Amino acid sequence: MELLSLFDLAVLDSTIRLATPLLLACLAGLFSERAGIFDIGLEGKMLAAAFFSAAVAAVTQSVWLGLAAGIAAAMALSAVHGLASITFKGNQLISGVAINFLAAGMTVLIAQDWFQQGGRTPSLIGGGRFPPITLPFVDAVRGIPFIGPIYAELISGHSILVYVAVLAVPGTWWILFRTRFGLRLRAVGENPAAVDTAGVSVVGLRFAAVAICGVLCGIAGAYLATALQAGFVKDMTAGRGFIALAALIFAKWRPWQALWATLLFGYLQAIALRPDIIERALGFTVQVQLLDAMPYILTVVILAGFVGKAIPPRAGGEPYVKER
Amino acid sequence: MQKMPQWAEVVLVPLISLFLAAILSALVILGIGEDPIEAVNLMITGALGSTYGWGYTLYYATNFMFTGLAVAVAYHAGLFNIGGEGQATLGGLGVALVCLMLPWPHWSLALIAAILGSALFGAFWAMIPGYLQARRGSHIVITTIMFNFIAAALMNYVLVNMLRPAGSMDPATERFPEAVHLPSLHDVLAVFGINFSKAAPANVSLLIAMIACLLVWILIWRTRLGYEIRSFGKSESAARYAGIAPARITIITMLLSGALAGCMAINNVMGEAERLVLNAVEGAGFIGIAVALMGRSHPFGVFLAAILFGFLYQGGAELALWTSIPRELIVVIQALVILFTGALDNMVRAPLEKVFLAMRRAPKSERKTQAAE
Amino acid sequence: MTAPAIELKGISKAFGPVQANKDISIRVKPGTIHGIIGENGAGKSTLMSILYGFYKADAGEIFIKGDKTEIPDSQAAIAAGIGMVFQHFKLVENFTVLENIILGAEDGGLLKQSLSKARKTLIELEKEYGLNVDPDAVIQDLGVGMQQRVEILKALYRQANILILDEPTGVLTPAEADQLFRILERLKEEGKTIILITHKLREIMDITDTVSVMRRGEMTATVRTPDTSPEELAELMVGRKVLLRVDKAPAKPGDTILDIKGLQVKDDKGVERLKGIDLHVRAGEILGVAGVAGNGQSELLEVLGGTMTAAGDVTLSGEPVDLTGKHSDGQSRRKRGIAHVPEDRQRQGLIMDFAAWENTAFGYHHDINYQRGVLMNNAAIRIDTAAKMERFDVRPPNPNLAAKNFSGGNQQKVVLAREIERNPDLLLIGQPTRGVDIGAIEFIHQQIVALRDQGKAILLISVELDEILGLSDRIAVMFDGQIMGERLPSETNEKELGLLMAGITDTDKPHSAEEVAQNLAHSHGEVR
Repeated sequence: MELLSLFDLAVLDSTIRLATPLLLACLAGLFSERAGIFDIGLEGKMLAAAFFSAAVAAVTQSVWLGLAAGIAAAMALSAVHGLASITFKGNQLISGVAINFLAAGMTVLIAQDWFQQGGRTPSLIGGGRFPPITLPFVDAVRGIPFIGPIYAELISGHSILVYVAVLAVPGTWWILFRTRFGLRLRAVGENPAAVDTAGVSVVGLRFAAVAICGVLCGIAGAYLATALQAGFVKDMTAGRGFIALAALIFAKWRPWQALWATLLFGYLQAIALRPDIIERALGFTVQVQLLDAMPYILTVVILAGFVGKAIPPRAGGEPYVKER
Repeated sequence: MQKMPQWAEVVLVPLISLFLAAILSALVILGIGEDPIEAVNLMITGALGSTYGWGYTLYYATNFMFTGLAVAVAYHAGLFNIGGEGQATLGGLGVALVCLMLPWPHWSLALIAAILGSALFGAFWAMIPGYLQARRGSHIVITTIMFNFIAAALMNYVLVNMLRPAGSMDPATERFPEAVHLPSLHDVLAVFGINFSKAAPANVSLLIAMIACLLVWILIWRTRLGYEIRSFGKSESAARYAGIAPARITIITMLLSGALAGCMAINNVMGEAERLVLNAVEGAGFIGIAVALMGRSHPFGVFLAAILFGFLYQGGAELALWTSIPRELIVVIQALVILFTGALDNMVRAPLEKVFLAMRRAPKSERKTQAAE
Repeated sequence: MTAPAIELKGISKAFGPVQANKDISIRVKPGTIHGIIGENGAGKSTLMSILYGFYKADAGEIFIKGDKTEIPDSQAAIAAGIGMVFQHFKLVENFTVLENIILGAEDGGLLKQSLSKARKTLIELEKEYGLNVDPDAVIQDLGVGMQQRVEILKALYRQANILILDEPTGVLTPAEADQLFRILERLKEEGKTIILITHKLREIMDITDTVSVMRRGEMTATVRTPDTSPEELAELMVGRKVLLRVDKAPAKPGDTILDIKGLQVKDDKGVERLKGIDLHVRAGEILGVAGVAGNGQSELLEVLGGTMTAAGDVTLSGEPVDLTGKHSDGQSRRKRGIAHVPEDRQRQGLIMDFAAWENTAFGYHHDINYQRGVLMNNAAIRIDTAAKMERFDVRPPNPNLAAKNFSGGNQQKVVLAREIERNPDLLLIGQPTRGVDIGAIEFIHQQIVALRDQGKAILLISVELDEILGLSDRIAVMFDGQIMGERLPSETNEKELGLLMAGITDTDKPHSAEEVAQNLAHSHGEVR
C-alpha cells in the first residue's frame, strides 16, 4: 500500500482548485447566516453568476466584464432573497429553494435564447478566461526539495480568483471581529432587537450582509465558468452550493474553519476524479458512484455526529418582527 | 380577531400569487422574443385540447399529487422535506424489484404489492433524515437535500452494476412482464363508454393518487395522529407538554411523507415506462414543493395545484416542440410559484388584509376599543 | 417654573380596530420619578414604545424640555436623551458587557478605539452611580439583576437624561428590587428623570413622586403619590372596587397525595438544576413554591408534568411515578390524575393557531369521549368546549375562535377549564396570573381555592410573592435548585421569604443588600 500517494501533488493541486468555489460560497453563506438570514440559495446564485460571467465573457472577450456580470447576477438574486426574507418576512428556506430553481431555469432559457447551443455558452478562449498566475521566484525555488515543488506546483499557477478566495478568509475574520460593521452584523444575527433598540437599522444591516453574500457567490460562480472550466453548461454548479452550506455548518460559522472544511470537501472531490490513486493507495477498487456521493454522505455523517452542538446564530432563519 | 375571512386566506392569496407568477412568466416569454398569448394558446391546445393532451396532463398531475402530498404532510409537522426527489427515486427501485422479482398473475395484485414496495422504499429513504433530525439534531432540510444526491448515485450504481440486463449498455432494467402493465385511462374509461386517447400515459394510478388525497385529508383533520402532527408542527414545546413525543412524530411523519413520494413510482415507473430508467423522477419531487405551497398544504389544494402543474408541464413540452421556448420555462414558472406563494406570501397578504380591514371598518365604525399592548 | 423634562400631548395610537392609546397627556418634572400603572393591556407599553420611536403615534405631540420633538425611530429617541430598559432585555447574549454597551454607539469604524474609550467611560459611570459590573463578563454568564444594570449602563453611556423602565422588577427578588430602587434614587439625585412602568402597586407607593393610571388605553388619573393609596390606585386601574386579597377558609389537609424525595435534575449541559428536593403536598391544600425565576421551579414543574426526566423518588397517592422510563411523559401523567397548567401558556399550554375547541382537547385527545371509531369526534369536542367556556366565563364564548384571538386572561381560562374540569387528584399550576388582568385574576384565584376545597392537592409556582402569600396554605422557598425552607403564610412575611429566595437561611440576622446580591449573582451564574 502506498498511502502517501493519496497526497499526490496533482490531487492536492486540484483540491485547491475545487475547494475555491466551495470556499467563496461558504464565506458568502457565512456573512448571510451570521446576520441571521439562512441561505440555501447559494447554489442558484453561483449558477446564475456562472452563466452571466461566461456569457458576457464570451460576447465581450473580457473576463473582467464577465466577472462583473456574474457578480451583478448573483446580487440580483440576493436582492430577491432579501426582499422575501427581510422586507416581507417570508420563509428563508422556501425563498432559497425558489432562487435555486429560478437560476436553474433562467440560465438555460437565456442561454438558449442567446447562443442556441442547447443551454450552454460557447467555449471561452483567450481573454475570456482567467489565466493561471505564476508567482514570483518559482524557478528559483523549484529546486529546493519538498518546499520547492509545493510552492511551484501547488501554490503558484492558479487563477487570481483562487488567491482572492484565500485572502477572503482573513478578510472575513477581520471584518467580522475587528470592525464596527462586523460587531453589528454578528449582533443582528444573535439578537436583532438589541440592534434595533440601539438605533441601528436591522433591515439595512441584513441587506448589507445579503449583498456581500451575493458578491462572494458571484465570484464563486464566475470562477467556475471562467477559470475552473471554459464556459457555462447547464447545472454546472452540481450541488456545490449545498456542499458549501454543509462546510459552513461544519465550520460552525467561523472563517478559518470554513477554509479547512472546504479544503476537505475539495479534496474529496479531487480524489473522486482519480479512482486509480485510491486503488493504488488502499489496495482495492472504490466504486465511482460511491466517490461521487462521498461529499454528501460525509456531510450527513458530520451533521449527525461529529459537529457536536453546532449552534447557529440565535436569530437565524427568523424574520425580525418589532415587538413593543 | 381575524384580519381576513377564511376564504380570502385560502383562495384569494394563492390566486393572486399565481397571477403575479403568471405575469412574470409572460414577461420572461416576451423577453426571449416570443408571444405570451400565443404561448398560452399553444399550451392550452397542447395540454387540454385533446384527450391525448389531457392524458399527459393527468399523467404528470398524478406524479405531482404524490410528491405534493409528501411535502404537504411533512409541512403540517413543521418539517420541510426537500427530499421528495430522492424518495421517489427509491420508490422506483421498490416498484422495479416487486415487478421483476415475482411472477404476478394479475396487474391488480402487482399494483398492491408495488404500492407497498414503493411506499416502503420511499419511507425508508425519508426515515433516515427524519431519524437524524429527531435523534441527532441534524437539520432535515440539509439532510434531505444530501439524500437526493446520494439517491442519484445509489440508483446509478444499482442500475449499472446490478439490475442492468446482461449485454445491455443502457443503464435501465429490463421491461416489466406484460402481466404487471397497468390499465391506462383509455382502458378504465372504456368501461364507462368514454373514448380516451390510447397513446397517453395516464393510467389507473391517477385514481390511487386521488384516493391518497382523500386519505391524507382524513389523516390530517380527522385522526389523532393528524392532530398530533399538526400540534407538533405548530409548537414543539406545546406538543411536548401535551405528551406528544417530538421524535416519534418527526419519524412517523417523515415515513408517511416518504411513502407518499415513493408511491409516485407506480405512475411513472410501473404505469408509464414499464421499466426503471436512470433519473426517472425528472424533477417531480421538486415540483411537489411548488404544488404543496400552492395548495396551502391542503389535500384538495394539492389536487388542484397538481392538475395545474400537470397542465403547465404538458403545455411546456408542447411549447418546446413548436417554439424556441425550452422546457426549462416550466422550471422558471415553478420557481416563481414557490417564490410568490411560499416566500413572498406577506407581500400579497399584507395589502389584502388592509383592504379587508378597511372594508370592515367602513360599515361598523362604532367599535368598542379593545386594549392592546 | 422649569419646563417639564418630558411632556406628551394628546397621544393616540390604534392597531387596526384596537385603540391602544387614546388622547394621552402627561407632564413629568425633571429630577423626579414618575410611575405609570395599569393592567395588562392598558396601553402602557404602547405609550412607551411611541416615546422610544418604535411606533409612530396617529396623533399627538411630544415635548422634551419644552421643545417639540419628533421621534420617528430609536436613533431619534437616543438623540433626545431618552434611554429605555425593556422588560425583556435587549442584549446580545454571547457578547461581553462592553460590546453590548458600544453596540450602535461606536466611535469610528474600528472596534479597538471604541472599546478602550467605552472602558474608560464605563469605569467613571460605575463609580458615579455605584453600579458594579465587570466590563469583560459575557452576558449569558450574568444574573438577571446584573443584566439589568448593563441595560441601565447602556442608556447612561448614551447620555440619557430620561430613563424609562418597563416592569423592571418582574424578574428580581425583593432584595434585588430594593437595590435597583436605590440606584434609581441615586440617578434621580443626579438630576435624571425616571419613568417607571409597572403593575405592582407597592413599587409605585415606595419609590415614585407622581403616578399616572392607565385603563383601556386612556389615562384615568395623574396624582402625587403621597396623596393616594393602593386601594384608590387599584380602583382607578380596574374601574371598580377590587379585592386585593384572596378570600379563603382555612385548609383542611388530608392524606399526602404527592410525595417527592431526593429529586435531582440535570439539564442537557450537565448542570444540576434540582439538587435533591424533598416536598409533599396533601389533599385539600395548596403548596406554594416561591423563588426568583430560574432557581429550579420550572424544572420541578416540568418533571412532575412529564416533560423532563429526573432522578429520585416521586409517589402519587403512594404509587411510584415513573421519572425516566416509558411512562414519564405528559400522557402518562394525565392518566395518573395529574393536571398541569404550565407556566407559559403561549408556548406550552396552548397552540395559538388552533381554535379553542382544538385546544380543549390538547393533551386529552385520547379521551374516549372525543373518539368516534378510529376518527376524532370533532363535534363532541366542540360541544364539550362550549360548555367549559360557559362555566369558566371565557369571552367571547366561541369554540371556533383561534386561541391567539383571546385576551391573556381568557386564554388562561381556557387552559384552566381544560385542566380543572378533568377533576385531577393533583393540579400543577405555574404562574397562574402572569399577563392576566385583575378581573380575571380574582376569578382564577377563586377557581384554584374551590378545587382545593374539593379536597384536591395543588402545587402552585409563582414569582409573584403576593400571590404565593395570598393563595398558599404552606410555602416552600427554592433557591439554586434546593428548598431553603418551608413556612406557613401566617408566620412569615415578604422580607423573610425574600432572604430565603436569596439563599440566606439564618433569616434572623441582619443582612446587607450587597451580601444578598452577591449570593444571587453567584446562584444565577451557576444555574444558568
